[in-house]
This record gives sequence, structure tokens and C-alpha cells, in this order.
Amino acid sequence: MEKRYVAIWFRYLVTDWMARRRPVLRKTPFVFAAPVHGRMTITAVNRLAEVTGLVPGMPVADAKAIEPGLTVFDDVPGLEEKLLRTLAEWCIRFTPVAAIDAPDGIVLDASGCAHLWGGEQAYLDEILTKLKAAGFDARAAMAGTVGAAWAVSRFGEKNIIADDELMATLLPLPPAALRPDPAVLLKLQKLGFHRIAGFADMPRAVLRRRFGEDLLVRLSQALGQAEEFLRPVYINPPYQERLNCLEPIQTATGIGIAIDRLLETLCKRLEAEGKGLRTAALKCFRVDGKMVEINVAVTRASHHREHLYKLFEQKISAIEPALGIELFVLEAPQVEEVEHEQEKLWASGPGLEDAAVAELLDRLAGKAGEGAVRRFLPGEHYWPERSVTKALSLKDKPASGWRLDRPRPVLLLPHPEEVEVTAPIPDYPPMLFRYRGRLHQIKKADGPERIEREWWIDGGEHRDYYTVEDEQGGRYWLFRSGHYNEDQRRQWFIHGFFA
Amino acid sequence: MNSGKADIIAALQREILSLQGYRAVSDGAAVNVGLEAITRSFPHAVFPTGALHEFLTEAPEHTAATGGFIAGLLATLMQRGGACIWISTSRRFFPPALKMFGVEPDRFIFVDLQREKDVLWAMEESLKCEGLSAVIVDLAGMTFTQSRRVQLVVEQSGVTCFLLRTDPRKLNTIASVAQWKVRPLPSLLEEGMPGVGFPRWNVELLKVRNGQPGAWKVEWSAGQFAMLPEQLVSTAPDQNRKAG
Repeated sequence: MEKRYVAIWFRYLVTDWMARRRPVLRKTPFVFAAPVHGRMTITAVNRLAEVTGLVPGMPVADAKAIEPGLTVFDDVPGLEEKLLRTLAEWCIRFTPVAAIDAPDGIVLDASGCAHLWGGEQAYLDEILTKLKAAGFDARAAMAGTVGAAWAVSRFGEKNIIADDELMATLLPLPPAALRPDPAVLLKLQKLGFHRIAGFADMPRAVLRRRFGEDLLVRLSQALGQAEEFLRPVYINPPYQERLNCLEPIQTATGIGIAIDRLLETLCKRLEAEGKGLRTAALKCFRVDGKMVEINVAVTRASHHREHLYKLFEQKISAIEPALGIELFVLEAPQVEEVEHEQEKLWASGPGLEDAAVAELLDRLAGKAGEGAVRRFLPGEHYWPERSVTKALSLKDKPASGWRLDRPRPVLLLPHPEEVEVTAPIPDYPPMLFRYRGRLHQIKKADGPERIEREWWIDGGEHRDYYTVEDEQGGRYWLFRSGHYNEDQRRQWFIHGFFA
Repeated sequence: MNSGKADIIAALQREILSLQGYRAVSDGAAVNVGLEAITRSFPHAVFPTGALHEFLTEAPEHTAATGGFIAGLLATLMQRGGACIWISTSRRFFPPALKMFGVEPDRFIFVDLQREKDVLWAMEESLKCEGLSAVIVDLAGMTFTQSRRVQLVVEQSGVTCFLLRTDPRKLNTIASVAQWKVRPLPSLLEEGMPGVGFPRWNVELLKVRNGQPGAWKVEWSAGQFAMLPEQLVSTAPDQNRKAG
């Protein structure tokens, strides 16, 4: 079949994207700039800025001299690539094969697609209108080769080139239309080749010797004498499974079977792709038009069917089938690469890396709620309540070691409780204290350890901590809030118990 | 003839022990918790892992002392890597303190639940998981049937379970391998030194299945248990705090 390609050129890709997000910018000249060798250099300009003579590569200081009211944004690295990818994925509505043509274009393989839009002109118009409505200033051209479509979209006037007029269209174009290396292009310009026609019919051996193989390949590609391959973008189909039921399902057993079936296919696919799910949602569509949803989450990516089934099984009782469920949809919104279990030659000790432990924690979290299962890492704070932080995943390792230099109690009260004390002034540990009606004679004491409040987090008095031991051997952690003052009441608290 | 009878009786005793959940000790399986005198009270003079131990506590001081003692035991149980789960309804346990007893606090997973019923479920689920070194449960009441169930699970999986019974009013007999009572003792310092000494406990084994109950004084110093001679503790002078 005859091949047809469409090349789309986004002249102001990054600036159009910015103007789309902030429509007020449509009326003002603005540029993107990044530091190059210590000075800010323009990387992208919008149409209004281009009209005033600004070009990429110009220092921002010079540009400001030309256009004093210029707005400058910081360049976002990798943004163009991301935008082109999104646009290419969007273009899949026009053809199944869409490829990114870095740095500022997209190439579509439109063979056999245009007639669906009623001809090639209508097809191109449709693409350009849609892009324009979305705020992108694009130029597009259609030709029998990728090279020709590219050349015409950038340098040509017509936008649809039939195969028989390919040669005639290409020859008057400048050599840059062939996509040569910048060095080769410079050499061509130095030698006075301002049109492709100037060198297209030269002997190939001469061209190769002067400009290298690359220019010849580009020329043949544009003329259709050499094949050019596209690398199409690929959209991952969502991880979703559906199960239609002939008869509405009402029983827990039936729901269980449905979940098992859905998991079987989903897990098979995940396993084949080397992936595992982190969260899964089961949507049950009922006969009466309502939808019931249950969710499960796992601590590490898994495609283990039995384990996932157990997690869902805990929640089957939460599904209210009413008159019956006619459609089950299982979705995995969060999917990650799964680490491959390596078979071990010898059994190592059990631990947090153990898959069985991770699965156990999933079950516990599934039953008791996400916040109920916790693991702690040292927090970078002296303040006791903040000295531990919650670990986010099983893989988190402590950033710093656990401290041993200060005594810390085995039991810590969630809120310090007030105690009555008798203490010598000004800074000595108490001689006795009364806690919950019991009097404790203090025999041994250590301290004080002053812990200041972190004023950038909260305000208040500092604490002077004392480790004390009473006549029974009970060891306590007491503190005085703030400095000693005349009114000793509401100053002493118990905060913990030592082993 | 007599020696033959003794052999048969010994063999039968071993069989009964294995039926009661004591595993035959293989080379690497025996754990040396560093408490020789206490360990001798257990059958075969081996600290029973993969069993249910109960600890009686009344006041928070006792819970703290028991927590310290258990952490000391875990230091040996978790030596070859491993994780622990701590299940409770009202957790006051402060993870950084574990480090003092030679356990990495980040290898502990804390499960905080609302209802005692959930605690029992979580306990059984956790004990089934062979990847864990130990499960510590903070639970006020437990019936004999529930404890028997736990004992059966533990025999299968070999996970050690430490049960903290914090409510003295709900005490009843349960199918545990040992019943402990740990109370804090006044620490001892060098003559004339200020401060508070190493943690000291009076460790009592109230009940041991097929073993000898007893009471010992134990100190945690230099990262390990140290057994104290009886008279040393009893005659220890009550050192008065020097004011100043």
C-alpha cells in the first residue's frame, strides 16, 4: 500500500504550553531561560517575543535591552520530551502509529487513515484545528516519506505532497530541510549550496567524500529511496479486568469466586510483565444501578494470587449485594515493578525482607486500617515526642543510628502527667514525689538533661529531665517544665518509666 | 536391669515433652539467652523458643521492667536477623529504649488495635508467620481455650510468643510454658558515686511446665544479662542520694 506520513511541527511548543496554563501570557512576550556558562540564556521564545527579534541562544540581558517588559521563566529540563510524548499519545486518535520527533515535532504514519476523515486535506485540517483549539501553534505536512513530510512542514508552502511531485517540491528547499548534522549544514552553506537542487544530482561518491554518508542517507530517505523507521509511542492498556455475570450474584461464595477469577487473569498478566500491584479496587455494579467498591493495598508490589485473594476475602462482608451484582470490575491503579525472588542456596534468618512478613502486615493493615501498623525510625529531634518518625515502607532504613548516649525510658506516657514533688531549689532533683496518690521516696537521681523546645515548631518552656529511682527500685523519668520559680505547682511532670 | 528401666523412663519422658510442644534440640536451634541459672529450670536446660511465655505485671513500673527483660531476651532471639511484632491496644512502649538492650528498634513493627478481639486475631495471624522472631502481645484477659489455640499455632510455626498480662484482676490459668514475674530492684552503684545504676530486676518463674520454679536477681549491664549472687542484693546498703 502507498505510504503516507504526516509531520507536525510545534514552533512554540514550550511557550504554548505555558500560555495554555496561564492564558494572560498570550498577550505578552515571554521567554524561557536556563543558565549556560554562568549566564542566563534564552531556550525558548513565544511568537510575540520572536517578532521583536529574540531568538533562542541569546543572553537574557541582551533580550531585556531589546524588550524591557520581557517576562522570563526558568527552563524546565525534560519538559519538551514530556509534552511531545503526551501529544503523540493524544495523536493516536488519528493513527495507530505516532512517533516522537525530538526536539519539536511528531511524525504520524497516516497510511490508510485519511479516508476516514474524508480525504487528506480534511484529515490535516482536523489535526491542526484540534491542536489550535488546544492552544498549540502547529504546522503539518503530508508526504510519501518521513523526510519529505518533515522538510515540507518546516520549509514548504503546500502541505500535501503527492508522490509524483515529491522531487519537484524538495529541490528548491534549503539543505537544512534534509535534517543534516549542524557541521555538515555549515559546510554546505559555506560552499554556497542554498538549495537542495544545487547538489542533489551530483555524483554520490563526491558527496560522500565531502559531506559524509549521513547526508546521502538523509537525501535518499527524503526521496523514498531508503527506508526510514519510526519508533511509535505505546500506551499501556490499563490494568483492569471485567467479569459479567449471567445471573446476578448475591452470595459471599459467589463474590469470592468472582474475585478469584478476576485475580487469576490479572495476576497472570502482571506476572508476565514482571509487575505487581500496590493497590487494587473491586467495583461491583448492582442490578439496581448502584456501585459498591472495596479497596486493598499491599506494602510491596505483589502478583501473588492467594495473598491478594485473602486480602479481598477480609472485605467481602463489606459488599452489600442487594438484589444482586451483575458486573465485577477489578482495577489496579497503582502498579510497580516487582522484585524477583531469588532462590536461596541456604536459608538466611527471617526478617523484614521476608515475603511472608510483608503479606502478614498487609492482612493486619487490611483488617485494622492503614494507620494501625507502624514501624519507627529515629527522628532527628531531641524532643522525646518527636524522636521517632513513622517509616513509610518496609524498605526504609534509618538515616542515622539510634542514639545510646542519653537514657530513654521503656514506657513513655503519651501525655506527661502532673506530679506533686518536694524538691530543693533551684536545680536539684526532687526528694519525693506523689504520682496517682502514691508517695515515692527518691533514693537515687541523675540529671538534669535539658531539652529545649524547638521554637520553629512550637512554643513553650524547655524541660529539665531527671532519671530518678525510688526506694522500691522503680525508675522514673520526671521533668520540670521551665526554670524554677516561686510557684512550684504545675511545674513537675512524670513522662516515663525505665526498665 | 535397673539401668534399662531408667533408659525407658527417660525415653518416655522425652516423648511426653515432645508431645507437649518441646522440640528436639538440634545443633543450631538452641538459643543461649545468657541466663544459665534460669535456663537450667527448663526441661533439657534449654530456653523454650516457639512457645507461649506469660508475664504478670501490675503497675507501669513492672511493665517497664518486664519490657526491659523481654528486650534483653529478644537481643539473642533476633541475633540472626529477624523482625518482631508488638500488638497492643494501648501502647506506651517507646522504641528508642530497645537500642539499650541490643535490639534495633526499626526491626519492630507495632500494631495498635482498638478491641481485644482484634488483638487475639492479629496475635494468631502473626504467630502463624514463620518469618518473625517473636510476637509480643499486651493483653489483659485471655481464656484457657484461646491460650490453647495459641499454643497449637506456636508449636506449628516455632515463633516465640511473649504475653504481657497487665490486669491482675483477670488472672487465670492459661496454657503457657512459663509464667514469669519481673519486678524492678534498686540499682547498685560504686560507693560514693552519684546517679542511677544499671537496671536490676527480681525475676521469678512462678510456673514452668516440667521444670523448677525459682527466683533470681538479674542485672542488665554491658549489653548482657548478669546473674547476681543472692546475698549481694539482699545486703546491698541503701545508698542515700547525695543532695547536690
